[in-house]
Amino acid sequence: MNGAVIWQLILLLAPLSLVAIGGVNSVLPEIHRQVVGVHGWVTDGEFADLFALAQAAPGPNIALLVTLIGWKLAGVVGVVAALLAISVPSGLLAYAMTRTWHRFRAARWRRPVQAGLAPVAVGFVLASGLLLTRAADTTPVAYAVSGATALLVLRTRLHPLLIMAAAAALAVAGWL
Amino acid sequence: MEIARPADSHDAQDLPIKAPGVTVLSLFLVFAEISLSSFGGAIAWARIVLVERRGWLSERQFAELLGLCQSVPGPSLVNLAIYLGTRHHGALGAIAAAGGFLLPPLVVLLPLGILYQQGAQLEIVRLALHGVAAAAAGMLLATGLRMAQAYRHEPLALLVALLALLGVGLLRWPLLAVLALLAPASIYLAWRRLQ
Repeated sequence: MNGAVIWQLILLLAPLSLVAIGGVNSVLPEIHRQVVGVHGWVTDGEFADLFALAQAAPGPNIALLVTLIGWKLAGVVGVVAALLAISVPSGLLAYAMTRTWHRFRAARWRRPVQAGLAPVAVGFVLASGLLLTRAADTTPVAYAVSGATALLVLRTRLHPLLIMAAAAALAVAGWL
Repeated sequence: MEIARPADSHDAQDLPIKAPGVTVLSLFLVFAEISLSSFGGAIAWARIVLVERRGWLSERQFAELLGLCQSVPGPSLVNLAIYLGTRHHGALGAIAAAGGFLLPPLVVLLPLGILYQQGAQLEIVRLALHGVAAAAAGMLLATGLRMAQAYRHEPLALLVALLALLGVGLLRWPLLAVLALLAPASIYLAWRRLQ
């Protein structure tokens, strides 16, 4: 595989690294459009498979997805290139943000800004939970699994990974 | 696993506390722990590990830091890793925390990729993922409710959270639009309260 493809991949991912504000839902369609439509690096079916693989592994899904695309295009070099391209631009920005935020630690506006953004973040977490529930749950049993998981996590000290494993087993058994 | 944690007073301490005993290695390991546990979404696990298990952040500090990290470009949890890494050990800490979050999952992912290339069927994986996704959605709801509990004595903060939930979760407005509408009002309310 030639170096040009790697550069194309880097130039595609680096800007996306910066626009992914508040979550990955905004960048997934764009990655799909570019990788499948514009460049034709993978087919629609392959893209769906790679996304399923990225979701099957623990960790940040989009970073894993682009890593797989890089790997498919250029092996280990592609993995490194994709991972750096998706994480370094926003990482540098986050580093600068941290430094700046700390520099203003004595400023009188800092506490209100922080304290004000927190409830919005709480609402966003709940909203993601709701959207995920709607997307994932197509049957009453699936809704029951989501509800039971929420209750068990809130009310018991059961390890959440056990609950996930049980849910996965239910799904494989065809009950969901 | 109970560890002394910063008290959740009405007004939490300001953000960049340095949690005691945070080394470069522990930054890497803690974010690897979060990442490797996160099937179906990492925010829930970030809260469990950082607030409940390690006590690096109070419930409110976690909400405040997440709010900050969601408001700047980039994936929120990588931003969060970089924030904590930088505050404790500068650029090296940032690299350790972000590396811990991003690299260990590859150890799981690449063997899966190789199996796939050799023609392994994904059907059973897809089925299992349905179950994982349903459970992960419930876990995220529980996380949001836990976070909201920290604001139970502040009706206005809860109102802001509810509006954010309605805007993004029910009306399906873009996150940035809801943030742009709600953040100024919420910051003003916080400013009034902190006077």
